[in-house]
Amino acid sequence: MKLLRLARLICLLTILLASLSMSACHQDQPPPWQLSDISGHMPDLSFQLTDDQGKTVTAADYRGKVTLLYFGYTHCPDVCPLTLAHLHVVMQQLGKLSDGVRILFVSVDPTRDTPAVLHGYVSAFDPHAVGLTGSPSDVEALTKRYRAAFTREPGKADGSYDVSHSSGIYIFDGNGKARLLATPADTQDKLVHDLHLLLSPGDTT
Amino acid sequence: MLCRLLFLLASGVMLAGRAQAAEADHVTASHAWIRLLPGELPASGYVALRNNGVSNAVLVGAHSKAYASVMLHQSTQDAGGMDRMTTVSRLAIPAQGEVSLAPASYHLMLEQAASPPKVGDTIDITLDFADGSHLPVAFLVRPANAADAN
Ligand SMILES: [Cu+2]
Repeated sequence: MKLLRLARLICLLTILLASLSMSACHQDQPPPWQLSDISGHMPDLSFQLTDDQGKTVTAADYRGKVTLLYFGYTHCPDVCPLTLAHLHVVMQQLGKLSDGVRILFVSVDPTRDTPAVLHGYVSAFDPHAVGLTGSPSDVEALTKRYRAAFTREPGKADGSYDVSHSSGIYIFDGNGKARLLATPADTQDKLVHDLHLLLSPGDTT
Repeated sequence: MLCRLLFLLASGVMLAGRAQAAEADHVTASHAWIRLLPGELPASGYVALRNNGVSNAVLVGAHSKAYASVMLHQSTQDAGGMDRMTTVSRLAIPAQGEVSLAPASYHLMLEQAASPPKVGDTIDITLDFADGSHLPVAFLVRPANAADAN
């Protein structure tokens, strides 16, 4: 009698476990990401640059934060501000969770983009945005690491010039692992969705 | 006789000139705004243009007392995801059609402000057309992180 009850219990438990693992399986697929998954395809976040407060910083200073890496320059009045304004909206939609995020705006025009210029610039967009600049070779090393190109266009008569640059936003998790790539064509909703997932405590991958 | 012919010719030229000089008259502007960036950084101007005329209106540039330099630009992105800006010398607004100067596309690049503009100001910028006609437009100054088209 006792044995029978035990057998029934085991049976029930097995069914329960089986259904649990099945539902877990179902959650695993389709992939949860709405942006491009670059896990394993891009190297971990690594750099040594100067932030917009004039402090030397490395990728390790942003461990524990989800980081959005974007290359641009402050004399870019059209596309860079548009991207940063979109990211500002994304931060607002994340609400309190946005404290776990840093937007890393890396200048591909370090000659003109001093920490002071960068500070004024990023502050105009979002409190979670950090401006990063450095020696031309340090900046170039970082763009190369993520296969993000940039070229300085021929100068104009007044000495000003434009810089062409890659438009992708590289997203890293709190451990500095490359996870997702967003393009300007991706909607704010996709970013909010995926950042929610990355910021949820369940994300251990 | 020669005198009369010359007079006719001259008035003909004048008439043609007057008819052509109407490019700006057929264009209406709406949603004109400026994205203001801090310090002395260049700003960008956006505006939706509609041509109610029966022939093309060709925008060739713009000028303003508020900025020493106003340039018509276009941002483009190539297949490799590279963003760049190019100078646009002529932008045709088709008859009965619309063209928008909008983020990540055509824009006015505004540099060397006469005095620092403030959010909420309106700034007069005059659009210049190929035939020499002009369209003054009032642009609303908005903050750097303005996200929606106003
Ligand atoms: Cu431009």
